[in-house]
Amino acid sequence: MPANIEAARRPKYLNPLRVRLPLPGIISILHRVSGALLFLALPLMLYAFQQSLASPAAFAAFKTALGHWYSKMALLALLWTYFHHLCAGLRHLALDLHIGVDLRSARRSARLTLVTGIALTVLAAVLLW
Amino acid sequence: MVSYHESGANHPLRDWLVQRITATLMAVCTLGFLAMLVAAPPIDHSSWRQLFLPPWVRLAALLFLFSAYWHAWIGVRNICMDYVGNVRLRQILYALVIGALTAYAAWTVQILWGKW
Repeated sequence: MPANIEAARRPKYLNPLRVRLPLPGIISILHRVSGALLFLALPLMLYAFQQSLASPAAFAAFKTALGHWYSKMALLALLWTYFHHLCAGLRHLALDLHIGVDLRSARRSARLTLVTGIALTVLAAVLLW
Repeated sequence: MVSYHESGANHPLRDWLVQRITATLMAVCTLGFLAMLVAAPPIDHSSWRQLFLPPWVRLAALLFLFSAYWHAWIGVRNICMDYVGNVRLRQILYALVIGALTAYAAWTVQILWGKW
């Protein structure tokens, strides 16, 4: 059956650099990337949490460390992954409830997700400085 | 031939539901925590410590973090199923992730109910 052979020869893997993702697709892959980053950052966050509670000296050391712009940037990067993951997750829950499933609203909510995640990070940056 | 169970996706529907329940729990806890931070900004160690003194706050923190670990397990396992083709390697990764998350769970209890 030639049709089946033809189907079997189709390229199985696409070149990710040549795929042009629509905005909901970008939100989706960022949801995955941010989730993976949050998982990898877990021990760091737990350590920071433990240290901050441990003693006034440790808390003060923590505060001093956060005084440097590079640690602020690192914290903001982590906060962005959290905010983006949260917003994209809320969008997922809405889609599960059949809210905004048509293409137009799905694109709009994708833009809203991206913007809200960045806006919350900017707000955190303002509070941090 | 690799069995369905070995590949990692044993209860897709249950996992789908758990992912959403833990996510909702964490979202609610996040809002509550932000409200607490706004109500009483922890400017020093004693006010930060004060924040976690009530038992229900520690219980909420435990709920949040355990939800995060379960949520992370399902998420990381899905990533492994998508990108790691070799099943043996995938199983090694599963073991490492489960080991790490179990250790984090024990560490969490130690942090929340330890001496501070």
